[in-house]
Amino acid sequence: MAKKEYAFYPGCSSQLKASASNYLVSTNSMCQALDIKLTEIPDWNCCGASIGYCEGGELPRVAINARNFAQAETHLPGQDIVATCAACWLGARESKERLDASAQLMKETNEALAAAGLHYKGEVEVRHMVEVLIEDFGYEGLKAPMKKSLEGLKIAGYVGCQTNRPFGIAGESFENPLYLDKMVETLGGEALTKYEQKVTCCGGALAFSEPEKSQKQIRDIVESAYDHGAEMIVTPCPLCQANVEVYQSEINKKQGTKFNMPVVYYSQLMTVAYGGSAKDAALDGQLIRTEKLEKIAGK
Amino acid sequence: MTTANQTAIERYRNNFLREVEANVEEGHMVKMCMQCGVCAGSCPLGPAWQHSPQKIFMMIRAGKRDEVLGSDSMFMCTSCYNCMVRCPRQLPITHIMHGLANYAHRLGLAPKGQPTRDFATLFWNNLIKKGRVNELTLTLRHYFRGGLVAGIKEALSMQSIGLGLLLAKRLNPMEIFGGHGVKDLKGFHAIIAKAKEIEDRKKGFSA
Repeated sequence: MAKKEYAFYPGCSSQLKASASNYLVSTNSMCQALDIKLTEIPDWNCCGASIGYCEGGELPRVAINARNFAQAETHLPGQDIVATCAACWLGARESKERLDASAQLMKETNEALAAAGLHYKGEVEVRHMVEVLIEDFGYEGLKAPMKKSLEGLKIAGYVGCQTNRPFGIAGESFENPLYLDKMVETLGGEALTKYEQKVTCCGGALAFSEPEKSQKQIRDIVESAYDHGAEMIVTPCPLCQANVEVYQSEINKKQGTKFNMPVVYYSQLMTVAYGGSAKDAALDGQLIRTEKLEKIAGK
Repeated sequence: MTTANQTAIERYRNNFLREVEANVEEGHMVKMCMQCGVCAGSCPLGPAWQHSPQKIFMMIRAGKRDEVLGSDSMFMCTSCYNCMVRCPRQLPITHIMHGLANYAHRLGLAPKGQPTRDFATLFWNNLIKKGRVNELTLTLRHYFRGGLVAGIKEALSMQSIGLGLLLAKRLNPMEIFGGHGVKDLKGFHAIIAKAKEIEDRKKGFSA
């Protein structure tokens, strides 16, 4: 039996051949090394994401999250829901907290769920993968499966918004959370603790709708990483990863910069440190390849 | 839409704050604002706003209904939650902004053609179709929002990114034929329909 078991909520972007499939692949490899068993919530649906606010009202958003809760409660009883995506975690946890706080909302939500023959009892816990790693394993525990050190890698820890605000990781500050730096150090890498854009917003969904405004944010995030001598950026959020990596070429085209900064997930760093191959860590899933990490993986 | 708007105007007459409290998500917290301005200074899109959250809250209290509901400000929200965690009075500012945007949108008063309003609508409609977001059709529909010619131009300008994602196995062209989705789609749609029905009844959107 695995050391820990969780009800896994991968989310829309972390499906195979979706924009964060590299997150999914590396998460699976990382969990294997840590002896974590992830079981997907049967027939899970989208969390609505933050940007769903305009057309979807409060109750529809809460209700679709509660559908996932009801599924997890019924089919994976007693297991905490774990999301890897920041927006999934936020959408689900926000819904959970609102349901916990309001009997009226709970009643209306269950009225909606009943239309599909479902019922939510109110028993789930919603956690982010990073919370699980830090709280259930601890930095020392994360060291245990290490086979290689990331020694010599200079890494800027870009936490972003939604894994940090409004919930964040217990004990961390909103303005200067340290967990990502600590994770990098745990793996033997050099965390650039003075990197000042670690909680700057990448623009989120506005990367699509208002690209100039979002690209201004992304430029700051990448530029500062260069200023601090970073060889790569690491992040826990799939939208941060995609926005900050994918639009560098656009910014180069429009603004004459020469950005080529790899942006990886913590799960990719961990997979490599745990002895996984470049394929296990889905390093072939980067638009901007990270040669230094690939070299360590190949050793 | 106009009917819902007319009904709301008649019902709340000169009390826009009361209307917001009754119909906007977390609207009951608006009166807690003490006008310190930390939200305005914390917003990454600060320079792009027509009105900062601080201003919006005061305008609500001053009864500036048309200006608030017609403002583009709420659509500048990136959902970064900076304002919310910094607010000394702990107003759920991000949620209020989303709630105001939703209310203005539903009443048909939000600015027409506002790009984030359009994208947000597209996003929700995309996700409810199959229960999961189809990234490919979402992107294509967004690119082609202004018609065929503009769409082809935008898609071409992004083709190197698209090709990169394809090679990195982060984009599946087969998604154009439907792609990922929930199995119990009927149940999923029934939940949304019921939730919408309850909410619309409470907020005065149903006939």
